[in-house]
Amino acid sequence: MSDRFHNEVVFAGFGGQGLLTAGKLLAQAGMAEGLQVAWVPSYGPEMRGGTASCTVVLDSVIVGSPIVPSPMNAVVMNLPSMKKFAPEIKPGGVLVINSSLIEERSDRTDILQVPINCNDIAIEVMGNSRSANMAALGAIVGATDMISYESIETALRNLFAKKPKLVEPNVEILKRGYEIGRAAREKAAQEG
Amino acid sequence: MVTIFTRPDSMFDTPTHYCPGCTHGVAHRLVAEVIDELGIKDKTVGVAPVGCAVLIYNYMNTDFVEGSHGRAPASATGIKRSRPDLVVYTYQGDGDLASIGAAEIVHAANRGEKITVVFINNAIYGMTGGQMAPTTLPGQKTTTSPKGRDVNHIGYPIRMAELLATLKTPGYIVRSSLHDPYHIAMAKKAIKQAFIYQLEGKAFSMVELLSTCPTNWGMTPYQATQWLKENMLQYYPLGVFKTPEDE
Amino acid sequence: MAKKLMKGAEAIGEAAIRAGCRHYFGYPITPQSEIAEYLSRRMPEVGGVFLQAESEVAASNMLFGAAATGTRVMTSSSSPGISLMAEAFSYMVGAEVPAVVVNAMRGGPGLGGILPSQSDYFQATKANGHGDVHFIVLAPASLQESVEHVMMAFPLAEKYRNPVMIVADGLVVQMMESVDFDIVETTDPPDVEDWAATGTKGRRERNLVKSLFLDPLGLEEHNRKLRRKYDEMEENEVRYEEVLIEDDTKLVAVAYGTTSRVVRSVVEELRGEGYPVGLFRPITLYPFAYDRLREISKRDSVKGFMSIEMSTGQMIYDVRLAVQDLKPVGFFGRQGGIIPTPDDVRKAMLQELEKLGG
Repeated sequence: MSDRFHNEVVFAGFGGQGLLTAGKLLAQAGMAEGLQVAWVPSYGPEMRGGTASCTVVLDSVIVGSPIVPSPMNAVVMNLPSMKKFAPEIKPGGVLVINSSLIEERSDRTDILQVPINCNDIAIEVMGNSRSANMAALGAIVGATDMISYESIETALRNLFAKKPKLVEPNVEILKRGYEIGRAAREKAAQEG
Repeated sequence: MVTIFTRPDSMFDTPTHYCPGCTHGVAHRLVAEVIDELGIKDKTVGVAPVGCAVLIYNYMNTDFVEGSHGRAPASATGIKRSRPDLVVYTYQGDGDLASIGAAEIVHAANRGEKITVVFINNAIYGMTGGQMAPTTLPGQKTTTSPKGRDVNHIGYPIRMAELLATLKTPGYIVRSSLHDPYHIAMAKKAIKQAFIYQLEGKAFSMVELLSTCPTNWGMTPYQATQWLKENMLQYYPLGVFKTPEDE
Repeated sequence: MAKKLMKGAEAIGEAAIRAGCRHYFGYPITPQSEIAEYLSRRMPEVGGVFLQAESEVAASNMLFGAAATGTRVMTSSSSPGISLMAEAFSYMVGAEVPAVVVNAMRGGPGLGGILPSQSDYFQATKANGHGDVHFIVLAPASLQESVEHVMMAFPLAEKYRNPVMIVADGLVVQMMESVDFDIVETTDPPDVEDWAATGTKGRRERNLVKSLFLDPLGLEEHNRKLRRKYDEMEENEVRYEEVLIEDDTKLVAVAYGTTSRVVRSVVEELRGEGYPVGLFRPITLYPFAYDRLREISKRDSVKGFMSIEMSTGQMIYDVRLAVQDLKPVGFFGRQGGIIPTPDDVRKAMLQELEKLGG
């Protein structure tokens, strides 16, 4: 079982920040890589408090529990989500923080925190913050290396297949997010 | 020898379980004659109600489905929607159609299901032993309204034909009566027209038939037809309430 | 076709289409309305019929009507709606017509809540309607399995001329997973002319689809005929999965559906740490895997069982029947729409293991 791959990401933020879509893209990319995937919308008591979230579970054998109270990684797009999920991430996990909207950082030292100004990147590229979710998605893929960049970009291109004008700008946002995530991962690796 | 009167081909040669003087036998025969005349016996599916007429399939020689209480229009919908080539009719009493099945009849009519409904209104529950029906007349005594139907307690009898005629969806809605030969002939005409509308794929149709229940009314068959004529006709006027050609 | 990422409700709807179902009657109720929504779009594309009924009572009686003509037909609902459908379900068993019903279970009793639950176990396995009534009940744990169950439910229903129920829960219909429709074989509907109400076409005696038998001996005979079908189901259709039940397994957790996935994760984790635990997952809730569980219970290594459910304890009765209380049967459950977390289950299983002497 040592070869078994398993990973989990929670995407959390306000409704309308595109987190369910970001999660879906990750699931699609994972599926394209031959992984078993599950995408679970937030449910139960989690739904309260103005945060919308979804959990994506990737596994090379079978997705067991789709319910992941302590995820390995999280993407948080607003402060309430940060407060909720930062304490719950498993040690060694990644926390992608949308620094455009969240000034705080977690005081945890056993996780890799990746602040990224998602809204600013999206505004720079497209003139509005609608695609901030893509920057965050790129960052979590880059910081965890759980799937290849090519897979996530393909998933994104498929999503916008019917809206060709939106493809390239979104890919650019995704890529910039990915680079920031990857840089953080490599830096952390160097520092040991 | 020339045969001038015989059992309809769509009926089995078997005695019915109905009480003496009950008009179910007449109504069955009218439906069977219409099925014969239209030549649709081979593609007709009837839906039996719950009530005295649940055993209608013992007398009618076509495919039959026995519905649950009041739901015959829903089951008929399922049959007609899955096999539109079939001719589908329900045969329901007043407890079945106007009480427990009020929702199903209203919505089947409102969807314009291409089915035919034969509605026997005898102002009482027959099979369970003469309890009050939604069609029981004001003041009429039944086993559950021993002092007569009190409209302040339970409201007025429902006029189903009038009620269904208010629907915007096109339909053929008629009330006839089985209390004398002339009206029986008129009733047959209405039933035939109802089936024709279905065959033409035009509309939902319901023929309400004022009927007698001598046993539970506590009358002789003759008294019962008189009672129908004198009491029911006042409250339940006969006529065509709606046709698919109406605006 | 390659694998596709789909939402549970849509996967279930699509599976019905792939299985050759062209008729759906339903009524909206959370959390499964997306099945109806999906089929309202999809049925017209394949020349099928989607009809929104005025109530679950009407929907199930429409289901009955269509089923009485031998048509492949499905409905779906959630707990309170299933209670309303129970009327027609009983008639359908009595009249021996095939159909498929999906219940996305939510918390009860009464209006309860809209979140995932498994508290309709008794109803599904023992009381889908009045009278001596049984449905084959399939309990998928994943979307792929949901697809497979829907697709095999139609031929199963036709084989026994009896409705088949798929009990999912609110999570199964709301989540997304990858599904592959092509790995399930599709079948042609059987010839139904010997029993269904299709019109005699002048070629045969008329058919009568009914459940009334006023003669007590006639009804008894009918009941015995149905019983023989149930016996056949119990003989042929029991399905289950065993996970890490090995020679040294001491505690066997029994769980189905979504709960079984959580338990699977915990069992794998505990095994990795050297704890002798395993998972028994019933796939058919009726017929239940009594015999296999009893065999397992006879092993010396097995010291106890534990039923883990989203209810206050329903399947546990069947587990106890299976092991005949020769071994203790513990219980852990969450209610109200709360899915037990792996931590919950881990703690409960370790406690149970402790009770059994480590």
